[in-house]
Parts: sequence; C-alpha cells; structure tokens
Amino acid sequence: MPSRPDPAHRRGTDAVQPPIDHYAVIGDGRSTALVSRDGSIDWLCWPRFDSPSIFAALLDEQGGQWRLAPEGTGRVTRRYLERTNVLETRFETGDGVAVLTDFMPVASEEDKNRRLVPEQEIVRIVACERGELEIGLLLDVRADYARQRARPLAAGRLGVRVDTGRGLLVLRTDVPVRIVGDGRVVGSLRLNAGQVAHSSLTFAADGIAVLPPLGDRCLEALDRSVRWWRDWASRIHYDGPCRDIVVRSALALKLMVYAPSGAVVAAPTTSLPERVGGDLNWDYRFCWPRDASLTVRALFGLGCDAEARAFVDWLLHTTRLTQPELRVLYDVFGNRPPGERTLGHLAGYRGSRPVRIGNAAEGQRQLDVYGEVIDAVAYSAQEGAVVDRDTERMLCAFGAYVCRHWTEPDDGIWEPRSAAAHNTHSRVLAWVALDRLLQLHDRGHLREAPVVTLRGHRDWIRREVEARAWNPELGSYVAQLDGDRLDASLLLLPWYGFEDAASDRMRGTFGRIRERLGAGDVLLYRYRGAGSPGEGAFGICSFWGAEYVALGGGTAEEARAVFERLCAYANDVGLLAEELDPETGGALGNFPQAFTHVGLINAALSLDRRLRGESPLQRQIPARPEHAPEAAS
Amino acid sequence: MNWGSWALWGFVATLVLTTVMAGSQGLRMTRMNVPYMLGTMFTSGRDRAKLVGFGVHLINGWLFSLLYVAAFHAWGRAGLGAGVAIGFVHAAFVLTVGMRLMPGLHPRMASEQHGPTVTRQLEPPGFLSLNYGYQTPLSVLIAHLAFGAILGSFYSLP
Repeated sequence: MPSRPDPAHRRGTDAVQPPIDHYAVIGDGRSTALVSRDGSIDWLCWPRFDSPSIFAALLDEQGGQWRLAPEGTGRVTRRYLERTNVLETRFETGDGVAVLTDFMPVASEEDKNRRLVPEQEIVRIVACERGELEIGLLLDVRADYARQRARPLAAGRLGVRVDTGRGLLVLRTDVPVRIVGDGRVVGSLRLNAGQVAHSSLTFAADGIAVLPPLGDRCLEALDRSVRWWRDWASRIHYDGPCRDIVVRSALALKLMVYAPSGAVVAAPTTSLPERVGGDLNWDYRFCWPRDASLTVRALFGLGCDAEARAFVDWLLHTTRLTQPELRVLYDVFGNRPPGERTLGHLAGYRGSRPVRIGNAAEGQRQLDVYGEVIDAVAYSAQEGAVVDRDTERMLCAFGAYVCRHWTEPDDGIWEPRSAAAHNTHSRVLAWVALDRLLQLHDRGHLREAPVVTLRGHRDWIRREVEARAWNPELGSYVAQLDGDRLDASLLLLPWYGFEDAASDRMRGTFGRIRERLGAGDVLLYRYRGAGSPGEGAFGICSFWGAEYVALGGGTAEEARAVFERLCAYANDVGLLAEELDPETGGALGNFPQAFTHVGLINAALSLDRRLRGESPLQRQIPARPEHAPEAAS
Repeated sequence: MNWGSWALWGFVATLVLTTVMAGSQGLRMTRMNVPYMLGTMFTSGRDRAKLVGFGVHLINGWLFSLLYVAAFHAWGRAGLGAGVAIGFVHAAFVLTVGMRLMPGLHPRMASEQHGPTVTRQLEPPGFLSLNYGYQTPLSVLIAHLAFGAILGSFYSLP
C-alpha cells in the first residue's frame, strides 16, 4: 500500500482545502456537514442534501465555513464515538488539550414529539481537558453557494441571526462573538482545564425558529443522539472480518438515507474532483436507481431492513411519473433535478473547475437500471415482502419495456459523455431483469406475467452475451459487444448469477482485469483508455474484485487478504470517497461515497459467508405465502 | 336547501374530481393519489387502502360540497362563475394549508422534519404538494375548478 501523509497534521498554509480524506461527516437523516481536522465545517446544505450550500469552503476559500478550534498548531486526532455518527476531534497544542464534539442532534420521532426541537441543528461542544487554551470561533455564512453575502444581526442573548432567504440561521454560543465588517462572526474564549463551551447553529425554514438553550440542553441532546445511534447500530448483525469498518460503513450509508422518503443519495457533496485540478467534477447529491440492488443487498444483509424496504418503496413508487421508463437519477422525492449548471464564481476544490450543480447524466439512457430495480424487489421478496398488485403491474411494465429495448445501445453504468454503445453490463442487467421476473413468477409473487415472452428474451440475451461479449483472443469478457476493452463491472457477472465465479471464463476475465485495470496493490480502475482521463482507482470496483474472489474466484484466505488491504484505504474515521489516488492512497471524488461503502459491505457479507462455509450469495425467493396480505412491497 | 340536488351533484362533482386526479396520475402529471392517502389513515395495505380511501373521499366530497351549496344560498344564486370561484379558493386552501397539515394528521405520513428514523411511511406533500411532481398544483387546481363548475352549474336553488 502506498505511504500516506501523516493524518495528524493540520491544514497547511499553502493549500486552500485540506485533502479530501481529512474530512469527516455528521448528519441527521436529511442533511450532512463535512468537518475538517481543523474543526471547520466546510460543507453544509440545509434543509436537505441537494439544497444550496450554506458553507462551501470545500469548494472555494470564500465559500463560507464555521470554524471552532483552539488557536495555534499541534497534533489532531479524531474518532467517532463508538457506534455513532458523533464526531470527536482532539487537539493537542503546547498549551493544553481540547476535545471538540460535533453532531447533528437526532432522536426517535416519539422523543421529538415530546419536546420542542429545531428543524435542524448542529451542536458543537468544546471541552478543555488539560492546560489553558484560547478557543477561536469563525462563522462565515455564504448562503446559496456563496452567491449571497450574509448580513448577520446581533440579537443579544438570542444569539446571532442570519436570514439566508430560504430560512433563518441562529448561532448561539458561550463564546463571546462580534460581527466584523465583511459579515463574518468572530470570537474567542479562554478555557481552563475542566471548562466547557457550547455552541449551536439552528435552521428554520418552516416557521418560527426554535431557539434551544445551551448548557445542559446540549449535553442532553448529545446523550440522546448517542443513544439513538447506538440503538440503530445494535441492529447490525455482522461479526465477520473488519467488523469495525463494516459498522462504520453502515453508519456512513445511513447518513446518506433521506429519511422522509427513504431515498439514498450517492454522496452528500458536489464537485470534489476525480482528478485534482481537473474537470471531472460532478454533483452526486441525487439518487441513482442504478445502485438499487447492490444497496438493498447491503442493507438487508446487515439487518437494516427498515432502510432497505423504504428504499425499495422509494424506487417503485416515487419514480412513477416516468414509468415504465426509469431515469438515470432523481431527487429525493422522485422529481427530475434541475438541469446541470456550472458555478463560475467558485474556484473549485484546489482549483478543480468547474463546480457543477445538477447532473447532466439525468438525460442519459441506462438500460441496466431495470435489472437493478427488479433485482432489488426480488431481494425484498426474499426478505419476506409481499408484492402487491400495483407493484406486480409495475414490474410487468418494466419487463415489457426491457423486452422492447434491450437490443438498443445505451450510455452504460459509468455515464460517459460520449456516444451510446452496446454495453455488456447493460445487457447482463437486462438478463437479470427478466430472470428475476421469471423467478418472482415461479414463486407466486407475479401472478400474471408473459412467461413465454420473458423467457424467450432472457435466453436470447444470454446467447448474445455469451457469443458477442466474450473475446476468445483475450480469453475474457469485454466491456462492449464485439469489443476488446475491459471494464471492472464485468466482475459483477457472478454477483448477478449470470456466470459462476469459478468458471474458466470468469477466471480469465478476472486475470485480464487485473492485468489491464490494476492500479497497484489491490486497487482497480473501472476502465482505461481514451475515456478515462487520469482519474483515480475506483473504490467500489476494487471491492468488487475482493467480492469476486470471495464468491469463488479464489480461496477464502485470498479474499480476506484483498478485503483487509482495501479496508486500510479508509481514512482515520473509516470513510471512503468514490476513488483512490493510486500513488498516495488518498481520497478522490465525492466524499463519502455511498456506492463505495456499499461495495465494502457487500464484499464483507460475501466473505463472511464464505469463511463460515456457506454459499457467499443467498438468492432464494420464498414462495408467496397463501392468503398474503396486500401489503406494500 | 335542495337536498336532492345537493346529493346528486355533490356526488357527480366528487366523481369528476376523483377522475381528473386519477387521470392526472395516468398522464404522469402527479403522484398524488387522494383515495390512497386517505385510506392509509386506516390501513397499510395498498389495495385495501385505495378502496377505503375512495369511500372516505366520496364522503369528504359530499361534505365539502355542502360548503359550496351554503355559499350559493348566502349569495342567493348559483352558477358556473360562482362555482369556479369557490373551487379556486378550495384548491388554493388544499394546496397551501390542507396538504401541509397532512403529516400532522396522518398516522402513516412522514414530515420533512422526519428522521433519521426510517419507517415505511408516505412521503410528505411539501409546499403546494410539489414533492408529488411539479405539475401537481395544476392537476389539483383543474380538479377543483371542475368540482366547483359542476356544483355551480347544476345545483338548483329552491
């Protein structure tokens, strides 16, 4: 593994933003914030993931931030409180030691109904453990992606108020603060050992702001949040290799679930670059149905059944406006996101321009989506869900759509902004769509399905893939029919049940992928060639490699070794971005990335089953129970 | 009060409103399904909820049409214009107030402040019910204008 910079050092003076993996994330099931090792919240979008930012120092020095940390330099270590998304950053300077605790308060709905709570809040508690420290505070609100200059107003004991146009921000803090000329709020407070300072930033968009007191109330909120997260994490039933990072991945994934609708966003950030200084900068704050079955399997596999079922419901019912056609991406309520735009006034992460909001992939066509969604429903049925009549009709409509269109070219899983092609992965997912529909029919979940038609097309697709996606000269499956390029998505063929992992064809494919897409150590690129202008190794593809070995492409111990090496690429608090820099091992792309953590979890689940002597993938849809209630899927 | 006329045209207007809303769904203008939304107050089964909700919606339609009829009597006249005007106010109320109150009234509906607990709940409608599709306000408006137009045109004052 490449040597990585010491994570304990603080932000250098020459870099505008710290390395991507120097961030950690906190959230509340509707929004997230990225917190740097300096104690600076550099990214925050309220009220939901895809809302315009309030802090965007992540993308521009003048983008806005909320910094709270001891003055001076020193050593920084951090961790999440065990089995929570409560972040603790420990600053050790020559003058003493301070611990900063950052979180967005969470609680059960019953608990929230018993007390008046802000719509959204970040609580920051800084405690001096040793010595005497000067704590500095800087609040620089730059709403609407820093297009709006904030005009904070001092409201005495009610704190500092900032009207963003979309809502009211209120800062309340034990730190004495003042508003300086350019709209920033600054302050400092000297803390001695044993002293604590509390700060709270709330947001109100729906009505009159709730202004919770500081002091003990912050500690109570901390206690409730820790209990809530631990209660949630206690449902995770996984005791296999690298348990800590698997649980951390589940907690990270949970932060990307939009609780009011059940949608899972790809990442909470936009425009973190796949190549620093380059233009591969995309907005991932939306939901890709393409990720469906991988995500659902990860959630069910860990025991996060409520999240998995809510996501399947979202997939089926929130996307109705476009059905039977499924779009590549949706917002958290299933609407079409606004068109892609660039924000020319933002300098970008370390000069990586342009900064984009919205995602033009929305207009692409990906024929793999149907297989993903239907496979997710099959997983849901495997876990006991009953398919209702509405869902039956929907599934049949998807099947009919696939039968009509699978022979056509599409943009494919990686959304290249080039010409459509006959992608092997899309063909295999078309096969998956029809195969799962037939399985659902066989088990009584689809009472009326055009079986003969579905079977005919399914078998036709298989014949075509086996004949045209196999390149005998390379001894490998290839990315496109009749082509000669490799693609890491081919490693999923056994995962979907299209090929046996131990077959000669898959062994040959894996060998070629390692040869041509290997990025050093156990990392893999997703593809190489004219369409891959210098991006990093792809996180989930590397985990697909580990899972392929676990599924039968190698021995269990080989799979464990690959998996453990990959897990070591996570940052100091267990988070992973979309990509990894093969030279430094550092994070590239949007962060943290749901898909990468999904890949980690799935690889862990398959490996664990293999180590326990069980079939790595369990795919058996039970028969529909007689007299099944007409429950939602 | 002409009870027979109210019962007949209140029923017809409700059927037309329901048909317009269902048609909007079919045309992919909106995901709003009022019978389903009302029915899930009583049961979580999707098919059963639609049936129960249709009954509740019918009764609601009749009750709301009483308000229209009361307004006609207060004005001393009914008519297309009067019905459409009340329909407009009705639609505006439903979109801006009624639907916004639903998360508080509905035992199975999430609110936009819900989370991080995830349960299999109905998504909240949001401002102007835009969460159910950008064209939802338009379909709600058309449905209520039709509702008012039928009552205004056909209800006969005694």
